[in-house]
Amino acid sequence: MPFVPNTDAERAEMLKAVGASSVEELFSDIPEHLRIKGLDLSDGVSEIEALNEIDSLAERNVQTKKMDWFLGAGAYYGYIPAVVPTLAGRGEFLTAYTPYQPEVSQGTLQAIFEYQSMAAKLLGMPVVNASHYDGATALAEAVLMAWKAKENRNRILLPVDLHPEYSQVIATYCTSFNIEFVQYEGAPESAPVDEDTAAIVIAYPSFSGEVYPIKRAVDRAHEMGALCIVHADPLMCAIMKSPGEQGADIVAAEGQSLGNPLNFGGPYLGIMGTTEALVRRMPGRIVGETKDKVGKRGFVLTLSTREQHIRREKAVSNICSNQGLTMLQTCIYLATLGKQGLREVAKQSYDKAHYAAGLIGGTAGYHVRSSQFFREFLVETPKPAARIVKTLSRRGIMPGLALSRYYPDRPNELLICVTEMNTRAQIERLAVALKEASK
Amino acid sequence: MNTMNMRDEPLVYELSRAGRKGCSLPKPDVPEYAVPEDLAREGLDLPELDELTVVRHFTRLSQKNFSIDTEFYPLGSCTMKYNPKVNEVAASNPGWRNLHPLVGDEYAQGALELMWRLQEGLREVGGFAAVSLQPAAGAHGELSGVLMIRAALRERGAHARKKMLIPDSAHGTNPASCTMAGFVTQTIPSGPDGNIDMAALRAALDETVAGIMITNPNTLGLFERNIEEICRLVHEAGGYVYGDGANMNALTGIFKPGNSGIDVMHFNLHKTFSTPHGGGGPGAGMVAANKTLAPYLPGPVAVKNGDGYTLEMPPKSIGRVKAFHGNFGVLVRAYSYLLMTGANGLRRVAENAVLNANYLKSLVEDVYPVPYKRNCMHEFVAKGTIADGVHTLDIAKRLIDYGFHPPTIYFPLIVQEALMIEPTETESKETLDLYADALKKIAMEAVAQPELLHDAPHNAPVARLDEVMAARRPILCYRG
Repeated sequence: MPFVPNTDAERAEMLKAVGASSVEELFSDIPEHLRIKGLDLSDGVSEIEALNEIDSLAERNVQTKKMDWFLGAGAYYGYIPAVVPTLAGRGEFLTAYTPYQPEVSQGTLQAIFEYQSMAAKLLGMPVVNASHYDGATALAEAVLMAWKAKENRNRILLPVDLHPEYSQVIATYCTSFNIEFVQYEGAPESAPVDEDTAAIVIAYPSFSGEVYPIKRAVDRAHEMGALCIVHADPLMCAIMKSPGEQGADIVAAEGQSLGNPLNFGGPYLGIMGTTEALVRRMPGRIVGETKDKVGKRGFVLTLSTREQHIRREKAVSNICSNQGLTMLQTCIYLATLGKQGLREVAKQSYDKAHYAAGLIGGTAGYHVRSSQFFREFLVETPKPAARIVKTLSRRGIMPGLALSRYYPDRPNELLICVTEMNTRAQIERLAVALKEASK
Repeated sequence: MNTMNMRDEPLVYELSRAGRKGCSLPKPDVPEYAVPEDLAREGLDLPELDELTVVRHFTRLSQKNFSIDTEFYPLGSCTMKYNPKVNEVAASNPGWRNLHPLVGDEYAQGALELMWRLQEGLREVGGFAAVSLQPAAGAHGELSGVLMIRAALRERGAHARKKMLIPDSAHGTNPASCTMAGFVTQTIPSGPDGNIDMAALRAALDETVAGIMITNPNTLGLFERNIEEICRLVHEAGGYVYGDGANMNALTGIFKPGNSGIDVMHFNLHKTFSTPHGGGGPGAGMVAANKTLAPYLPGPVAVKNGDGYTLEMPPKSIGRVKAFHGNFGVLVRAYSYLLMTGANGLRRVAENAVLNANYLKSLVEDVYPVPYKRNCMHEFVAKGTIADGVHTLDIAKRLIDYGFHPPTIYFPLIVQEALMIEPTETESKETLDLYADALKKIAMEAVAQPELLHDAPHNAPVARLDEVMAARRPILCYRG
């Protein structure tokens, strides 16, 4: 194993300096009967062997790139410009840690500040933090944050049409607290917000793709003294109104589709933004601008009196790390695509999704159920969607998510996602294959 | 230090010029579809840069960082060991990068097998019954673990057990995780040998105790010699023992925490298993449990059924702690490391991590007082009390001038002016010698020319920054 440089001769010399007769002696604080002879694992292998083994496992998976891919549902196959992994993979970023020593961490700190700035402008929020584990945990932490901010209110309104795994994460995070969850269906403006409601969660878009304008729901929540948490698709915000401009108090989002690969579900990027009024209640690391003692601009971790390393049991959350690298990938992605590029990616996805919906909606037996959507829409299928997925996958098409994966009582619903990666020819092949599968 | 980029680097917004683009897309091949007016967004305030400007900007930013690849980085309790490049190659395989999390078990057999093998390997290293790879970080593993304890207590009907014991040397995440799981914390002091004060522990064990959270070796770098007795007492009192695996790098192949009575524990794969820290993450904080608590593990976990693999929820699972199946890309790197180290390598890791720490301690302890006179494990804590008017912060900043990343400072809280130094096994003797030389020179400077320390760093891209102003008048977003 080439990762330990000490030679036997050096070990002997070092032991002598320490005054120990053997390495074993250094472990004498561990009761002898608890010291093991060795692990029941194979011995280490060479780099060639390790890579052969891992590559052979990787080959046994289905890949987006080798199929016509229309499956999204919270994880999206988008283009990642070559500069993104190349720059984010630089050792100086990759092998640094939390910027505890700002003078020698300005690279990481400035990149976080730039990410916070670009993400904040995209979401229309005054402040975005340095990230959470993923969109689901960001949303769960947003719920806890809002509940704590509204001390005498115990109710949180959740949309029925929220990603089921997000609902499950919220349930886990909130299990220890006396929070009453009330689910609402349809447009958020019709949700039963009242004096006991601490916050309403709005999915923008909903899990099945529906986009409701949220301004009226936000205004209603504010009239009742409740906070408004929006779970947003950040790419959608490039062409559709941001949650911030519609009055959201807290925004949580999954940033994976902004420059991060699918990676079987992680690591992804939890984006969280809020207002200046609530910033001191927000969990997670935040970077701020300041000056050094000669007046030069620099960046530091700030507002840390919210955090666990200072406040311990009184901290707003236990979160300690952030998703540094995935956040950096998104930072570089946003800088590279920029104002025009991001809108183009969003608009192409939108146009292609609507083209696909037009074709599929015109196919006998299929009904498009979504009325306003961004890049993902729900289709009612003439046969069980799971069976259609299976049939089409064999032909090199992954047509979407059979909703029966999460809802066994909804066998004939298929959630189809179209991104900038899909060509017109792929979309047309999908429509033809769906037609054939209905027979 | 000459490798560092000292020039001011503008913000991406300041580099922006209207009309520039850093990426091109294929020409639209479908008809345009209008966005409804009530939804359409006007304007998007993102920068406009060409590709080369992006490349230079982020390359220059990277050069303003200290990193393991460029400097010795002995940040205590963070295990800043070398991150093998093979891990990155292994994780970049398109078979992982382009694998969708909802593709279905039958289309992801390679990924599930990797998860299963990693679970099995980590189970063996820790001496536990089962492992879940769901948690995304150490603190996330802690939250999972204390929620598991909570669930087990409730199943026993022990709702009144709300008190979690936390040694005074613990990381801040421990008490914060307890709060998130609805527990109240009680601090247990350390005794004169740096281990948990057993009398104080016994006194705290009453019928309200839910459990204890123990870091072993603790944050002083000392092994809890009474670990078995502690576990026995807590179990007798009706509580559970949580093990914080932040410092597992001292013990791989030498001691299995599960054998000492710990019920549930997390490992930081970004520490012990060498996945890169990435400027703050992503980590992975897998959690392992003995037979009693295994049914409560977060899920899904990978299960082997005959020749195939499936994702399943443990029978009494606390549920999901994140969407999908854990930080999978990090897991691939950890598995790559596990393959390359193996049984023999993991033992060598712990042996050399502990030898390096003891060696470095022996070089500096005459000048920097070490409060506990014992062999340390993978790290040690010294005091920056080397001269009047000089503080640990000054020593840390002066180390930067010598081209070294400072250690963790002012932690653990129970040692005044603490310097917490963790060299790791991947550093050579000559690096440790140079670091010790620098620390000794700084101690001389502290007496002869203390202003050198007070004004340090002298050679960094910025001088000491005004953190008070940053917090008092926060600027958290570009205002242009």
